[in-house]
Amino acid sequence: MKSNHMQVEAICNGYVIDHIPSGQGVKILRLFSLTDTKQRVTVGFNLPTHNGASKDLIKVENTEITKSQANQLALLAPNATINIIEDFKVTDKHSLALPKEVENVFPCPNSNCITHGEPVISSFGIKMIKGNIGLKCKYCEKTFSKEIVTEQV
Amino acid sequence: MVNPLFRKHIVSINDISRNELELIVKTAAQLKKKPQPELLKHKVIASCFFEASTRTRLSFETAIQRLGGTVIGFDNAGNTSLAKKGETLADSISVISSYADAFVMRHPQEGAARLASEFSNVPVINGGDGSNQHPTQTLLDLFSIYETQGRLDNLNIALVGDLKYGRTVHSLAQALAKFSGCKFYFIAPDALAMPEYICDELDEHNVSYASYSSIEEVVPEIDVLYMTRVQKERFDETEYQHMKAGFILSASSLKHAKDNLKVLHPLPRVDEITVDVDKTPYAYYFQQAENGVYAREALLALVLNETIEG
Repeated sequence: MKSNHMQVEAICNGYVIDHIPSGQGVKILRLFSLTDTKQRVTVGFNLPTHNGASKDLIKVENTEITKSQANQLALLAPNATINIIEDFKVTDKHSLALPKEVENVFPCPNSNCITHGEPVISSFGIKMIKGNIGLKCKYCEKTFSKEIVTEQV
Repeated sequence: MVNPLFRKHIVSINDISRNELELIVKTAAQLKKKPQPELLKHKVIASCFFEASTRTRLSFETAIQRLGGTVIGFDNAGNTSLAKKGETLADSISVISSYADAFVMRHPQEGAARLASEFSNVPVINGGDGSNQHPTQTLLDLFSIYETQGRLDNLNIALVGDLKYGRTVHSLAQALAKFSGCKFYFIAPDALAMPEYICDELDEHNVSYASYSSIEEVVPEIDVLYMTRVQKERFDETEYQHMKAGFILSASSLKHAKDNLKVLHPLPRVDEITVDVDKTPYAYYFQQAENGVYAREALLALVLNETIEG
């Protein structure tokens, strides 16, 4: 495939999330409720990359990505990139930084955690443990791997 | 000067700094030496046990009454209308905390005390939330260690038995990691070894620890021998019978102990400490249980009084 050939149609205004690990794209669609928006969303799953691997890609028109979404993205796909598009041109690139905490996004995987059925939002502190991302529930104080917490999306 | 714990919630040992731990332990020692029957005068303390725990409840209620406070509450949620009517815990806390000056609670779900601290207008003291935290047990353990060893730094501590599920040993290790120079000796069946996340936390604090296969092997080196019960239900019968012998403490195992060694146990014990140990100078588990009253007195006194006279 030639490099100048677009694998997913270009957008006029909006943002593009690129370099999403294959299989994570659908989680991001769900997490950002992109299936509920009225705006045009174009997606590519398992697109080939230059180094022979594959990736997912999401383009959202006429919408700005929020800081909280960028934080969530840092957790799900830390190597993804966000490009802001204006008039078909990339005008800005957002770098992703792992947030210190993530609130009201993922339910606590501990079924006996008090957050289930009570009027509080879930809240996890995030820290690196021996090179892996760990999420510690503010309430039950149990620490889970990123994979266990995010698989519930 | 206002003490740093005044009007604070006591939810998790992880929230309490080294200085605050020392303040609690020293206040407990002070109250044991010189009772202060008026520190909670005119204070009403809610003691709400959403699951039964006889020892913890009686210890808390003794502490309240010895300081001159009065108790309201229940010993089991089954005896109340809360569960039957389907009210959220958050609502129950909002109401009950408006009646009292402090709120002692035990609950079968993890995180219940943290949630309560967000809905209560008065200090919440966690008396155990599911398998998560039981900070007052850790405080009484620390007080017993301080009382018998004279310090909380530079101690050699063996933790024996169920190190996987035993929250008391997790919290004790986390608390002592805040002090310097402590060394841990883990003695547990492979299936009940100390969880990785606790070992990771000890690594973060540069605390030294190692696993050993028998109590006798470590006895000559240690200051504190903290025993816990290996629950029969976690093994099949043959496996249990084969394994349990290695995790039972008898008087003969203490032959080479240092004079200052003390044996602690959160109780109840079943057969992991034989009764011949009770008569040795090393046994301290019953005094440790008694110390629960002083540790809880100290906490209640500190969260409800700006200053405490010595």
